[in-house]
This record gives sequence, structure tokens and C-alpha cells, in this order.
Amino acid sequence: MSAPAGSPPRAAGARSQPKLGGAAASGAAAGPGPAPPPQNGPAQNQMPVPSAYELYSQSYSIPSGHHFQGPGKMTSLPLDGQCGDYYSGFYTASTQNAVTPKTTHQPPGAEQVYGRLLPAPHSAGSTPECFQGAASPASHLYVSASQPSSSFVNHYSGPAMYSASSSAVSQGFPSTCGHYAVSTVSNAVYPSVSYPSLPAGEPYGQQMFTSQNASTVRPVRDNSFSSQNTALSRPSPLPPPPPQQYHQQHSLSGYSIPSWSASGPPSAQDNLIRNHAGSLPPANNNPTNTVADSLSCPVTQNVQPPKSSPVVSTAVSAASSARLPPTANHLVEPVASVTQPSELLQQKGMQYGEYVNNQASSAPTPLSSTSDDEEEEEDDEEADMLSSSASSPAPDPAPEPDPSPAPVPTAPQPSKVAKPFGYGYPTLQPGYQNAAAPLHSGGQPSPGYSGFQQYAQQYPGMNQLSSSLGGLSLQSAAQPESLRPVNLTQERNILPVTPVLAPVPNLNLELKKLNCSPDSFRCTLTNIPQTQALLTKAKLPLGLLLHPFRDLTQLPVITSNTIVRCRSCRTYINPFVSFIDQRRWKCNLCYRVNDVPEEFMYNPLTRSYGEPHKRPEVQNSTVEFIASSDYMLRPPQPAVYLFVLDVSHNAVEAGYLTILCQSLLENLDKLPGDSRTRIGFVTFDSTIHFYNLQDGLSQPQMLIVSDIDDVFLPTPDSLLVNLHESKELIKDLLNALPNMFTNTRETHSALGPALQAAFKLMSPTGGRVSVFQTQLPSLGAGLLQSREDPNQRSSTKVVQHLGPATDFYKKLALDCSGQQTAVDLFLLSSQYSDLSSLACMSKYSAGCIYYYPSFHSTHNPSQAEKLQNELKRYLTRKIGFEAVMRIRCTKGLSMHTFHGNFFVRSTDLLSLANINPDAGFAVQLSIEESLADTSLVCFQTALLYTSSKGERRIRVHTLCLPVVSSLADVYAGVDVQAAICLLANMAVDRSISTSLSDARDALVNAVVDSLSAYSSTVSNIQHSVLIAPSSLKLFPLYVLALLKQKAFRTGTSTRLDDRVYAMCQIKCQPLVHLMKMIHPNLYRIDRLMDEGAIHVNDRVVPQPPIQKLSAEKLTREGAFLMDCGCVFYIWVGKSCDNTFIEDVLGYPNFASIPQKMTHLPELDTLSSERTISFITWLRDSRPLSPVLYVVKDESPAKTEFFQHLIEDRTEAAFSYYEFLLHIQQQICK
Amino acid sequence: MEAVVFVFSLLDCCALIFLSVYFIITLSDLECDYINARSCCSKLNKWIIPELIGHTVVTLLMLVSLHWFIFLLNLPVATWNIYRFIMVPSGNMGVFDPTEIHNRGQLKSHMKEAMIKLGFHLLCFFMYLYSMILALIND
Repeated sequence: MSAPAGSPPRAAGARSQPKLGGAAASGAAAGPGPAPPPQNGPAQNQMPVPSAYELYSQSYSIPSGHHFQGPGKMTSLPLDGQCGDYYSGFYTASTQNAVTPKTTHQPPGAEQVYGRLLPAPHSAGSTPECFQGAASPASHLYVSASQPSSSFVNHYSGPAMYSASSSAVSQGFPSTCGHYAVSTVSNAVYPSVSYPSLPAGEPYGQQMFTSQNASTVRPVRDNSFSSQNTALSRPSPLPPPPPQQYHQQHSLSGYSIPSWSASGPPSAQDNLIRNHAGSLPPANNNPTNTVADSLSCPVTQNVQPPKSSPVVSTAVSAASSARLPPTANHLVEPVASVTQPSELLQQKGMQYGEYVNNQASSAPTPLSSTSDDEEEEEDDEEADMLSSSASSPAPDPAPEPDPSPAPVPTAPQPSKVAKPFGYGYPTLQPGYQNAAAPLHSGGQPSPGYSGFQQYAQQYPGMNQLSSSLGGLSLQSAAQPESLRPVNLTQERNILPVTPVLAPVPNLNLELKKLNCSPDSFRCTLTNIPQTQALLTKAKLPLGLLLHPFRDLTQLPVITSNTIVRCRSCRTYINPFVSFIDQRRWKCNLCYRVNDVPEEFMYNPLTRSYGEPHKRPEVQNSTVEFIASSDYMLRPPQPAVYLFVLDVSHNAVEAGYLTILCQSLLENLDKLPGDSRTRIGFVTFDSTIHFYNLQDGLSQPQMLIVSDIDDVFLPTPDSLLVNLHESKELIKDLLNALPNMFTNTRETHSALGPALQAAFKLMSPTGGRVSVFQTQLPSLGAGLLQSREDPNQRSSTKVVQHLGPATDFYKKLALDCSGQQTAVDLFLLSSQYSDLSSLACMSKYSAGCIYYYPSFHSTHNPSQAEKLQNELKRYLTRKIGFEAVMRIRCTKGLSMHTFHGNFFVRSTDLLSLANINPDAGFAVQLSIEESLADTSLVCFQTALLYTSSKGERRIRVHTLCLPVVSSLADVYAGVDVQAAICLLANMAVDRSISTSLSDARDALVNAVVDSLSAYSSTVSNIQHSVLIAPSSLKLFPLYVLALLKQKAFRTGTSTRLDDRVYAMCQIKCQPLVHLMKMIHPNLYRIDRLMDEGAIHVNDRVVPQPPIQKLSAEKLTREGAFLMDCGCVFYIWVGKSCDNTFIEDVLGYPNFASIPQKMTHLPELDTLSSERTISFITWLRDSRPLSPVLYVVKDESPAKTEFFQHLIEDRTEAAFSYYEFLLHIQQQICK
Repeated sequence: MEAVVFVFSLLDCCALIFLSVYFIITLSDLECDYINARSCCSKLNKWIIPELIGHTVVTLLMLVSLHWFIFLLNLPVATWNIYRFIMVPSGNMGVFDPTEIHNRGQLKSHMKEAMIKLGFHLLCFFMYLYSMILALIND
């Protein structure tokens, strides 16, 4: 139904409303029955709800759906901000209801509305017909909604009956209803409290519109009107059904009151606005629909009076509908396209008006008075409306000429819009206003808004109101908070006691709900500056931090023949696109208008037709598609694992083989894969050994290739074998391997040739190569020399050899990447192994790097345990093969540098031979063109991969952020953790390409520049104090932490490999884990309380406050846990309470605690239980299993622990306070 | 004799012009995603040394034949070529490294460099042409 609406064909459709209904019903398939029996059909779908009720609900839902699409034109940006308000507006509207109805009547455009409104309220009886179709979906909403609505239902049920009797006219509507039905369902799903009120309002509004426009305009108008109308319509209906309705009204009013209460003036504004809106539509309609209008108008007026008899209304509606089809409809349809824009605009205007109302309404109106008040209001409004209608027609028409509908609406909008923003950021108003205004000005924007409206409508109700109010209050509190100037040198406790959370972008509620989780997708600036100049002025890095393949507990997976994408930029459809009408959507990245394919009209979730905006793709910002063969260059590869093991003397001595083989044996069945999974082993020392594991052999056959200059595969077919067919042989081999080389005297390592062999072995299929290496490769291609000078480890000047020594490993990695093979490196060495060169094999093939310094299976049990845990995770975690990731962003932004392990194949395409859930990425962005004409920007990452089950899948994340034009807003939206992680990535690049000291300077300059830019432009406090906005208050601390991090520190003895490994981790760890590495968390654990504890899996996990990283926080009486990401330290004070030592550590007193303690015993005491559950909770969810060290106050190991107290002074580095003074000095220079 | 010097320079310059154009085309192919970074870089890296030799030879020729002005004009470009070649980090696969070409705007700077060289070689071309004709007339 809706589909035709947008297009000319509509006329026909319109005409035969019944037909439409029927069509819709059929389309909906499941839901609505054929048009004639629409009631039944819908009712069935709706389910339990009373039929009448259902009808209404459907109708409600329908309009919203239309609206969405209609508004969709522009990007949703403007809406976002406004949407939240908008919703609230709805609520207010409902309260205002009385007023609005009148307005609707007056405007000529309103005619249609009226017809519907009247019927609906009244009774349903009249309108019911129309509604019937709609009812089914709506019913869901109601049900979910609230009691009040139910009451409505009852009242209306009567009408529903009527409708059944009623007729063809109604049928037309049903179709629309069908579309909406889906939306309603979705609504039902959402657990918003507010539903009751909104749905009711909406349905009415929609109905009204639908009746008016009937065939032609429905979609667009419905939306706009529905929102407004709904509120309006209610009042009228309410009066007739005395008690229940009143209740509803009260409830509504109650909601609205908070928003409304405010003042006379605001209300006046609202009225005006509404009038405008109303007037506008009429203007547009008038030319075409005059006849219909005239008819409808009278009718509507009559009907409007709540008391009007149902019969009358029905008659009217019938008449109007009947007439319209033949005459008006035809006329309208051609015009329809034209009218839509205007309507859209009107809608906007209306919405804005509502906004205003809401905002204005801050003063609460007395609930008790509601009914009376409402009536009064209605009267007033009517008067207003009349006057407005009278006056409005003239002004409106001029601006509204179809071609340029935008102007009129825009005028009112900006001012109104500003208010909502103002609430959000009281101080920031101007900036936000600007941002919002541009959107409105564009003709397109309004459609976008409408799209958002959809959302609003979907989540109608009290929830919205309350939430929006809550949001407002929160925002007003929080946003200023992020800009609150903090005097850094004065603030002693800068670190919050609870974990720092990602700032929430300043979007409207619906968009916030839909937005991508910060765990997967974060931007350093949650308010994107409008221009590059502004970004440069802010001196902050702009970039994205991604964790695209994160383990998710809830992920909508979509199977569909056609994956809907933008035809020009190939963006996947996402929640932030706007639907222009049922059949078209506008890409939010390139703004191209695309067709909605037929298949997309059907919503598998609700089994209904015609609600493309309710599809899961459009309801979730993180989705996964099952891709068709279009997305394959070759059949999906099987999971192939190859293990390349160092078996030289050094390796055997270290004893890792036992641990590896044991882990493999344990996890052989848990390796991700299907029946095609293949596995192979290669070992090497100075020669290369292959293992023939072909099924049918009695035992594994070892084949030795000693020609390492020209490696060949002895038996290419039987080295990689099917895991299931040769499982016994594989087990035999794994059992035998640890002892096979015990007496080896071979000390050389021919890693290069072994890798070449592995590449040859893997190239036909691709897959994963796991390399275990324990020393510097010393033979064949890729041999390396020791480059580290131990005397330079603590040098404060130059740190050399951070870059690779040869391009052998890089070339190999690129070759592997080309053959979809990733190389993962496990470096278990006790001495320098030139990780910076070796790491290249993983960096560019999208592998991962594990490093175990001074690994020894018996001498260093904690490392051995770490290897064991990490191997378990490594072997069993999810894996994606032959993956590519593309990151797209709104036109105007561009990506210029990528960080992570991958190969950038073309400008925005990252080639990832393998993807694992622990890989993080970062991207730097620049602003190429001004973003002034948009208020939202979106980023989308699409990760196409082959799952271990041989399915081709696409995981799509979409992030939406607002655009701002003032510097203050940019600072307000800084995500300091993301910024630090991006800076760390940039600093790694810098230290490799130029020098470490350069990178350190750059880090310090990043703080100096941003803080001085802030103090010189935004704050007007004198320069002698070091001021930072609250959002940036942790910036200096984190940068200091970075400077003291292993990767960047100087002056402290740091082994080159350790440093390089830290750099590798910065590059490829996701933000959450990286932040712990940069700035560890310190907890006091000798007094863990259940207060504030959280419950995880039936366990109570205490949440002690985070202490700042300074020795001043350590007391000898306490015990402290430091969480450094990959290491845990428990520091036990000298005078620590003996009961703690006894209960948790299991030793009688401090003196008896051993020097090397890496385990906490599980004791049967409360404090032990708490401590262990806390530590386990910290340990879970991180890819690198942390080692635990218990550090006694006097033990030599305590230097390790004290190194992490980054706020304290060390011989080589500033304390935090000194660092602040240093920055201040730099700024004043 | 002078004519021979300039005829040679002219031919060499033509070759360098073609090389610059080739660089530009290949880089823009990469920019437009027609070829991947790996093949682009291996194509271009092959021509780094010929370009360097070609240009150094002309520069030295000018020095030997005592054309000071032309020599000084060529000197900075020749120095830059050599500097760039020498300064390639040991782990990189040449002046053009596929793993870095998309980072930090390297592609753009390579493009700019190729454009500037093209302009420079065109200028030289006409100078050599003029000098050659002058030399031929004088002979």
C-alpha cells in the first residue's frame, strides 16, 4: 500500500482505498486480512487486543510509518537532536490535545485530518472502517502500552464494529495500517513505559490524516499529522467516553504537564506553530483537493465536537472518502509528490512546535484540572486555529509553493530547534543552534527529520516524555559538566573513583538508543567539528577506534537474498538512513536516493509487509548479514590451521612444546571449524620437518627437508590433513612431539625458510599459521642479527632499532595476506629476538603477536600459566577467514591513516587474512569539506569474512555523531580515552618513522596545544592557571601515563623487545584493554565490601573505588590490587592486617608470605571469596590472561609495581604535579 | 660537441618526462583503486633507480661540460633523488612501501612530487632544446 502512495500510481490506489487496504493486507500477508474484512484481518494479527482497539492502534502506527518515510528525505541529522524533544513534544501534544484538534480542523490541509480525527475520536464508529486495517499492528502497541489505551479500546470497540460494517473507504486505509503494523510491533518490543499515551495519540492523528488524503498523501502526511494530531484527536474522543477517556487524558496530561506547564507564551507559540503547520498543509492541498477539503471540512467540524454522533462521522468519512477517490485523488496524485514536501515541512514545523511546547512546558500544570483545562485549551486553540487558519492560508501558500516547500517551515523551525539544544547545552546554545539550523534550512532536512520522527513515534509514550525530560535534565547537568573548567593544578583528586565511561554523543534519545555501542566503535570527538579549520583550532586528534569483531552476546543476524546498499557508495542500509517514502531511502553517507527493493518491504521479524523502516537492519546499528555468492571471489575456504614450531635446543630447553601440545590436545575438538577443517604441523631447527598425517598411515611420518635455500614441499597433499579424518594420527603426533627433540643439539633456527614453506603449504587455501619462535632466526632467508645494545636500555637519548631490520618478513606477510593467510607469532624468548623485525610477519598479514619474555616452563611458572591460558583462548576463540574491512564515512570526511594489524589494499579497504575478536583498529580522520550542511555524520565499518563454518558474513557497525560549529562544543564532546589511544597509535608510528624522543615531544605537545587552545579560545579565565574542560581533565594524566608506559618511557631500563611489544599492543589492542595498559587501575582490596557490588553469574563482585596511582594512597596497613591489563599486582603492606593475610593469602602473617607468589588460594572465608570473585571478574573478558604477582612491601619485585605508580616522581620522569607545571610553562611560553 | 651533449640531455630528459608521467598514472590508478598497493609499489620501485641514474647522469654531464646554470638547476632535484633513495628505512620495500603508502597522506605527497618533477623536466626539456638549437647554429 504505502509503496504506491509515494508514486503516481497512488491515485488509483487512493481511489480504491479498499483496494489499497486489501493490497496492504495481502502484502502484510500475515497480518491484515483482505480489505473488506479488514477488521478481522488486523485484529488477528494484533492478537489479543480488542478489535476496536486494535484498529486504532493500527491506524496510529500507520501514520507514523508513513511519516518516517516521508521525512526521511534528508539525513536524519536534524531530527536527532530534535527528536528527543520532539517526542516529548508529542506528549505535550497529547496534553494539548484539545487545542490541536481544532487547529487541524481549521487548516484547509487539515481537512483530511479532520475527517479522520473526528471519526476516530468519536467513535470510532465513523472512522473505524479506515482504522480497521490499521488496527492490527497498532493493537500491539496498545497492548504493550498501557491501561489507558485499553480503556480506549473498549470505548472504541464499538466503533470498530461500525467500521466492520462500514466499508470500502476504510479498506483503503487498512493497507496503510499494514505497513504500520510492523512498526507498532517493534514498538511493542521496546520496553518503554510511555507507550500508552503516545500510541493513542498517534493512531488518532494518523487516522485523521489517512482519511483525508486517503490514497495520495497518506504516508507523508500521516506521519506529520499523526504526531500532532494524535494528541489533538484524543481530546475530542476522550470527552465522549467519560470515565476511561478522562483517565487517559489525565495520564496524558500528567505527562504533558511537566513539559507543558510552563507558560502561556510557550503555549501560544505552540499554537501558532501548529497553526502554521496546519495551514500549510491546507494550502498545498487546496489546489488539488479543494472538493474533498470542502467536504471533509464541514464534516470534520461537525465531528470534532466530541459528542458528535458516530453515525454522522461515519457518513462524513464515507462521503469524503468516496468523493475523494474519483476527483480529488486523481488530481492529488500528480500533485502528491509536490504536496508531500510541503507536508513534510509542515510536519517539521509541527514537530518543532511541539518541541517548543515541551520545552516551554517546564512549568507543571495541575493534573486535576486537566480535563477542564484541556477543554479550555481546546477552545482556545480552536480560536487560535481559526484565526491562524484564516490568516495562515495567505502567508503559507506563498512560501509553500510546492517546489519550495522548505522555506516556510524552516523559518519557524530554527528558533524552536534552538531551544531544545539549549536545554542540552545551556551554555552552548549558539553552536548547537547553528548546527541544527542548517539542517532545517535545507529542503531535504525536513524529510530526514520525519525519518526520525518515525522513531519517536515508535517509542511513543510516557517513556519518551519522561526519558526526554530526564535526558534534558541530565544533559543540562552533564553537558555543562563536560565543559566545566577544572583547575588542574588545584584539583588533587582528578581521577574518578569509578571507571571512566565513554561520553554519550549529544543526540536525541532515539538515535542514542540506536547508536553503536562504544565498545565496538568510538570516536575521539563525539561532537564532530564542522570544518577542518575548527578541528585544527581545537588541536585535538580526530579518529575512530574500532573493535569490530568483538564477542557479542546479542547480534541480529540477517539472512536475505538482497542486502540493501546504497548504489553509489555501497553503504549498507542502517538506522540512520532516512526513508523518503515507502519505496525510497536516502543514504546517510553520500545522500543518494535509492530504491527500496521489494524484498525489503517484508519484515520477517513481524511478518508484515510495507514497513521497511522496521526491519532489523534499520533498527540495529550492529548487524550481521549472511552474504550471498556475490560476496565471494571463491567458495568459502575451510578453516585451516598450520603450526610452525621451533624445535631447536633453545626451544626444547624452554619447554613450551609440552604446554602447546597439551593445550592442543585438550582443545582439538573446540577448534572453530566444520567438517572440512584442516590442520598441519611443521617443525624447524636448522632443517625443516614436515609431518605426513594422511589418513591410513599407522603413525605420523616425519619428512625432513634440509635444503633451506630452496624450500619445497615433499608431499604437498598430505601435510595439511582433515582434522576429523586424521584425528588419531594428530593426537599421536601431539603426544610424541614434546619428546621427539629432547636430545637435540641443534641451536640454529631457520625461521625464514620454515615460513616460506608454510606459505607454500597454505597458499592454495589460506588460513592461519601459528608460529612459535624462541630465538633470533639464524639461518637462511630472513636471518637477523642482534641489534640491541644492553647498555642503551635506559638511555634517555636515542632508542634505535624500533623498525624492522629487513623487509623479508614484511614481504612474506604481504604474500601471505594475498593468499588469505595470517601469521600469528608466539615469541617465547629469554633473550633479544628482534621482535621489531619478526612482528612484521603478523602486522601486515593481520595476525596477532604474543610475547613471553624469559619464558621457561618450570623456572617461570607464571609465564607458563599465562601461555596456557592464552593458548586456550587463542585456539577456541572465534575466527574469521579471508576478511576485508571497509570503513566509510559521511561525505566530507576522509580517512588518512590506519592503525592495527592488516594490509591497506586500497584507500579504505583493509585486507585482513584473519580476523579475531581481540583485534582493535584505529583510523585517523580529516575533514575535507565543510560539514555545515549536515548536522549528523555517520561512520560505517563493514567487515566481510568467512566464518569457521564456511559461511560468508558481513558484520556492519554504524556510528552516528552530531556536527557542531563552535569550539566549546568540540571540547564538550571529547572522548579522552579514545583520544589517548589514538595518540598512542600515532606516537608509535612517529617513534618508528622518526624517533622516540620526537614521539614523546609530540605527546607533550598534544596536551600543551589542546589546553592552550582551550584556554585562549573558550575559557576566559586568566592564563596563569592551568585550566582544562572537564572532558579533558584526565588528558594530562593519561599522557603522562603514556610517557611512562613501556613503549615510550626513557631513562628506565627497558629491553628493546619489551618496548616493541608494548608498541605492537598499542597498535592492535582494542580500547578497553589498551586503557588498562596505559593507566592501570589501583584498588584497595583488604577491605572489600559488598556495598555497591554487582552481580555476575550469581556471584557477588565487589566494586572497590579506584585509587589514584600514587604511593600516597598506599598505606602499610593495606593491600592493594593493581590491574595493568596484562599483569595483576597485589601489593601487601608491611603492617597489613593479619586476618587479611590469613583469610585471603592463606599465610599466618606478613613474614611468611613467599617472595614469589602467583596464586591466590581459594579459602573458605568471606574476604577470600570476595577477593577472588573480584579478580576473576577483572580477568574475564580480556584476551591476554593476566598474571598475578603478590608483591610484598620489601621484596625486590616491588620496583615493578612502583613503576606503575605514574603520578609519582621517578629519577627519569616527572610526577604528575611537575608535569602539570611543565605544561603550564609551555603554554605560557 | 656541445650539440651532442644537449642532444643526449634532450633524449634523457624525454625519458624522464615519460617516467614522471608513468609515475603519475600509476599513482592515480592506486588512488582510484584500479590497482592494489602492492603491485603499484613494485611497479614504481623498479623505476626508482633508473630515474635516479638518468637524472644524475645529466647533472654530471652539465658539470663536466661546464654549464653551470643548468647544473645548479639540476642539483637540488638530483640531491633529493639520492637522499630519498638512501633514507629508505631498512624494513621498507623501497621508496614506495605498500604498507605505508596509504598512511599519513604519503600517496598525496608522492603524487605531488611526481607532478613537480614532471614540471621540472618539461622546463629542462625546453632549455635543452633551446640550447641544442643554439649549439647547432653556432656550429
